[in-house]
Amino acid sequence: MTTAPPAAGAPPAAGGQAWRKHAVTLAFLGPALLLLGVWIVYPTVRTMLRSFFDRDGSAFVGIDNYEDIFTNEVIFRAIRNNALWVLIVPALVTAIGLVFAVLTERVAWRIAFRTAVFMPMAISLFAAGVIWRVMDQQDPDRGAINATIGVVKDAIDPPGSLSNAFASTPALEGDASRGLVLRRALEPGDVALLGLTGIPPGQVPGGAEQAADPGPGEGIRGVVWRDFKPGGGTPGKVEPGELGLPDVTVVLRDAAGKKVDSTQTGPDGAFAFDDLEPGSYRAGIGKATFAKPFAGVSWLGPNLITPALIFAYIWVWAGFAMVVIAAGLAAIPRDVLEAARTDGASEWQTFRRVTVPLLAPVLSVVFITMLINVLKVFDIVLAVAPGSVQDDANVIALAMWRTSFGGVNDFGLGSAIAVLLFLLVLPILALNIKRFRTEAS
Amino acid sequence: MASVAARAPVVPRPAEPLSGRILRVLGKAPVHLFLAVIGLLWLIPTLGLLFTSLLSASDLGGGGWWQILSKPSAATWQNYDALLSNEQITDSLLTTLQVAIGSTVLPIFIAALAAYAFAWLEFPGRDWLFIVVIALLVVPLQMALIPIFSLYNTLGIFDTVLSLILFHTAFGLPFAIFLLRNFFIGIPKDILESARIDGASEFRIFFRLILPLGLPAIASLAIFQFLWTWNDLLVALTFGRDTKPITVAIFNQLTEFGSNIEIIAPASFISLALPIVVFFAFQRYFVQGLLAGSVK
Repeated sequence: MTTAPPAAGAPPAAGGQAWRKHAVTLAFLGPALLLLGVWIVYPTVRTMLRSFFDRDGSAFVGIDNYEDIFTNEVIFRAIRNNALWVLIVPALVTAIGLVFAVLTERVAWRIAFRTAVFMPMAISLFAAGVIWRVMDQQDPDRGAINATIGVVKDAIDPPGSLSNAFASTPALEGDASRGLVLRRALEPGDVALLGLTGIPPGQVPGGAEQAADPGPGEGIRGVVWRDFKPGGGTPGKVEPGELGLPDVTVVLRDAAGKKVDSTQTGPDGAFAFDDLEPGSYRAGIGKATFAKPFAGVSWLGPNLITPALIFAYIWVWAGFAMVVIAAGLAAIPRDVLEAARTDGASEWQTFRRVTVPLLAPVLSVVFITMLINVLKVFDIVLAVAPGSVQDDANVIALAMWRTSFGGVNDFGLGSAIAVLLFLLVLPILALNIKRFRTEAS
Repeated sequence: MASVAARAPVVPRPAEPLSGRILRVLGKAPVHLFLAVIGLLWLIPTLGLLFTSLLSASDLGGGGWWQILSKPSAATWQNYDALLSNEQITDSLLTTLQVAIGSTVLPIFIAALAAYAFAWLEFPGRDWLFIVVIALLVVPLQMALIPIFSLYNTLGIFDTVLSLILFHTAFGLPFAIFLLRNFFIGIPKDILESARIDGASEFRIFFRLILPLGLPAIASLAIFQFLWTWNDLLVALTFGRDTKPITVAIFNQLTEFGSNIEIIAPASFISLALPIVVFFAFQRYFVQGLLAGSVK
């Protein structure tokens, strides 16, 4: 204790006092410094060094791992995807937050609205991912998004009554996308047999009766029927046990292809075109009858997975932006806004010229926070993207984890990806320190 | 005076005719409508998960969760019953609770000690050291995963509750120290000085003065740290494959998504119910903490 150099001009006892003081400081700081040192500082240095060694750390490989990042297709895709996240998410989240904050400012029930939008923030990104995994399912009977799109799509462009049907014999030409037409030209007095097959029993329209076998008549007579019965039956021939297909629209065209008439089939599938001029006609069924019902957009497929993920991510974070911006908005002095309005500025001008510039610091905080979050995005990708499309959905943090712990177990390359991530957030570190310096001075 | 004021005509605000008022309300109708639709849209996904969790597997085989709207009688607790009698899941929930509580109490206590030193103790290199702490704020978790993975294996504590708590504690420290130091520095200097003159030791001051005064900041921080660690997947998946916090348990189920939605949906809902309860109970602190911490 006596060996401690006494502070200049201090009484001799000060040496012991100073030692004591340092011991107290150390007691307060020690645990934190130990944890920060062992769990953050040491690993950071270690990871930087590790990134220059091979997968098991036995050989120095120089910058090979860094070259790999940009040549390995899966990892490079992660960088490209993450770039898309960076371009879209911070700007969009900030904009949505601003719009919500401004619109709710003078609405009485804003607390209810803000709570609803903010709630996903409390949910983990992983659980949010599970939520969107349920929402984004492709089958419109299960995924709510596709169910909604399906309702709209089917209202505008309804599915045909016989979406799976096809011709039972080569007598009909064409396909589902163009409609089916009887190959043979018809004249008044002829019989048109439009046989279809491939219709499951459940899809036979209700009210169907035994198919009619029309005899020749005055005009063109015919039948649209399910040319199939248990055991098969003879194609192209109306047989007992085969059902007529009601409510099918049959179109009659003349030799030039111009539509002459159209009619609906009866319960037994029969139809008739009377009062025809002599000449050559062709009968067929339009493509609308065969239109497929909405099969669902493949949100979780390789092409749309990143947009689907970004959508889910914005759902989570918009509330954060809204709350922070609303707090900034509340701090703007009322008289500044009033002054602008008194000077005759419109609401839009006030917003554009007064509110937004005054909010700029808050908006930039939100933007930067989102930038960091997006660079580190991980959980939601792992939760929403099925295993088979994780290569397509890849982001930097996920690539790092999959390379290191997800079966590849390449600690060298994994370290290099971690360092890349670190380098990307480094400018923000500089910004934080600068801000602290200006606040401190 | 009072009687004059009372008799004086109210500021001659032109009496707004009824039609004007109706127009004003109607003019705002699109905004109300827009907000109502957006608010509803924002709630639907979470409600969708809740409804999914309340339907039996066979009902879900036949259609989406919205069938519950037209057939509320289909709702059943059977998925939850099955889940809560599944020991793996209840163990996972318990593990998560241990990890989250440990990772909340430990870093806040350690950070409060350090924050007090940064705010009120004089020592060489104080500002410089605090800048280092701010710098550590942005170090991505990913930088530590591989070395700590090796370290845990060497120490023999890999895949334990303790290993998870220690990792969360370390990475929770920079933000906690930053927030608490800024809060503590705002405590009036006189209070501390007079305590020191009265001969109170620094520890006494810390426990008797600083901690009670810092409670609002500590509460915000605790909520954040609790939610953050309860919701964590990355750390749990790296160091807790067998310790298996609830996120890892759900993640394991996700690989067979489709065949086991009756497990995934209720498990996910339970895992997010606690954070939502915490959020609603402490909403004020949550928002405060968010505003203070949006530099992270």
